[in-house]
Amino acid sequence: MSEDKEILIDGVRGLEDKSGTTGRSWPDDPENTATALKEFRYLSEPMSDAEAKRQMSTRSRRGFLVGGMAGLLGIFGWRWMPDETKSALLRRTLEFNERVSQVFYSPKRLAPEFPPSRITAARYNGALGLENEITASDWRLNVAGIGRGSAFTIEQIKAMPRTEMITEFKCIEGWSTIVHWTGVRVSDLVAACGGGSPNDLPRYVAMKTPDEKYYVGWDIEAIMHPQTLLAYEMNGVPLTNEHGAPLRLASPTKYGIKQIKRIGSIEFTNERPRDYWAENGYDWYAGL
Amino acid sequence: MDKQLEKKHPLAVRWMHWINFPLLALMIWSGLLIYWANAVYSLRLGSYEVFHFFPAGFYETLGIPFRLAEGLQLHFFFMWLFTINGIAYIIYTFLSGEWRALLPVPASFRRAPLVALHDAHIVKSKPPQGKYNDAQRIAYTGVILMGAGSVITGLSIYKPTQIGWLTSLLGGYEWARWEHFWLMVLFVLFFGVHVFQVAMAGWANFRSMITGYDVVDAEKPTTPKEETVEV
Repeated sequence: MSEDKEILIDGVRGLEDKSGTTGRSWPDDPENTATALKEFRYLSEPMSDAEAKRQMSTRSRRGFLVGGMAGLLGIFGWRWMPDETKSALLRRTLEFNERVSQVFYSPKRLAPEFPPSRITAARYNGALGLENEITASDWRLNVAGIGRGSAFTIEQIKAMPRTEMITEFKCIEGWSTIVHWTGVRVSDLVAACGGGSPNDLPRYVAMKTPDEKYYVGWDIEAIMHPQTLLAYEMNGVPLTNEHGAPLRLASPTKYGIKQIKRIGSIEFTNERPRDYWAENGYDWYAGL
Repeated sequence: MDKQLEKKHPLAVRWMHWINFPLLALMIWSGLLIYWANAVYSLRLGSYEVFHFFPAGFYETLGIPFRLAEGLQLHFFFMWLFTINGIAYIIYTFLSGEWRALLPVPASFRRAPLVALHDAHIVKSKPPQGKYNDAQRIAYTGVILMGAGSVITGLSIYKPTQIGWLTSLLGGYEWARWEHFWLMVLFVLFFGVHVFQVAMAGWANFRSMITGYDVVDAEKPTTPKEETVEV
């Protein structure tokens, strides 16, 4: 059946104008929505019952064949795709999403801050890198890759400009808590080390616990965000061990997996750093 | 000369409809893998929990537990296809004029209950109908709005700092996640009703969504000239 035999019908009058024959019309009810919105119908020339059956079975055969093939192609294409190809495809998509996020990223966009009344009970989740005991006096924050590079004691960190924020902590598992953080902006630490603006700095930051069992990588834009803190207090009291004493990262720009506890070293680097959870199938960027 | 073929569904709409079916299923599936990690929603009557989403047996049967990372990867892959397909559908619907068959008018909301009563065999008289009746117009427009809602609430929980204004507009991060979840439940309910109605409507209707065509009885001519001919 050729397509040009189809007749556009806009009610009965339209059909009369175009072909001199008439097709079905809807009840001439002004309240009929189809009439009110001037819906069209597309009808072929009248034909015999047998001819209609013949044309429909041709169309059915074609339609179901194409549809069935497309469906099977989809199912078996996905099933038979080698695992490496599949995981590469999904990993590259996460990286594509990261680039899209980076295009729209602005350090001026701040996460909402909340009144103290909204603070919720802190939630503890995960002790990776916290297994062994450390003594606060032995602890140092080792900074590399900017300025002279140096090691800071917790007292030296606390002597830097103090920043507080009450922000929503988001776990990649889907839960969230509202936390009062007190600490030093990473950007203030960078300034103290003689580093410049994000544009002049290396592209990435690698951070590790002292035992190097937990490690995260950040992009420079998010680590320099004004709400990215090296926190030493949580909800008004010094960090407990399980929440990452003596110093941890806190930021509403990334999920909790990126907010490394008991941070031992920060290295600014142009090489994309390893990341514990990225190596376990999660998004490297994990940016909010 | 007593039949006509009616072209009901354009090729583009058929493809987009059928592509959307596995895409939506994959979005729901990967969403469940994600939701499992923080499965906090339930249906409540006051303080009584009627149904918790979801019972342990549900997760075990479907093999959902401990697949969060996989769920996130799939969700953030298929989200593109789902969104692109949805936007393409909306653009096509407006450019082609198909919207005339799909949008409800204010009176549709008054007539839709009559359609439901007719479908339940309580009301005999047939409701006015173009390609779709008023209840269908509301449902098919509503499901597109639900899709848009899923994309918007999804985006607001995906980037709640960078698109914080949107997240705040939706009532904050936790509410947006709740909204995203319930839209999924609505999709599942829509799917159930849709499949039931298609089954009730019969084979020719289903076939028209595959082939695009349906066979209808040709009308008796009504113009005076042709009536003369016929006599």
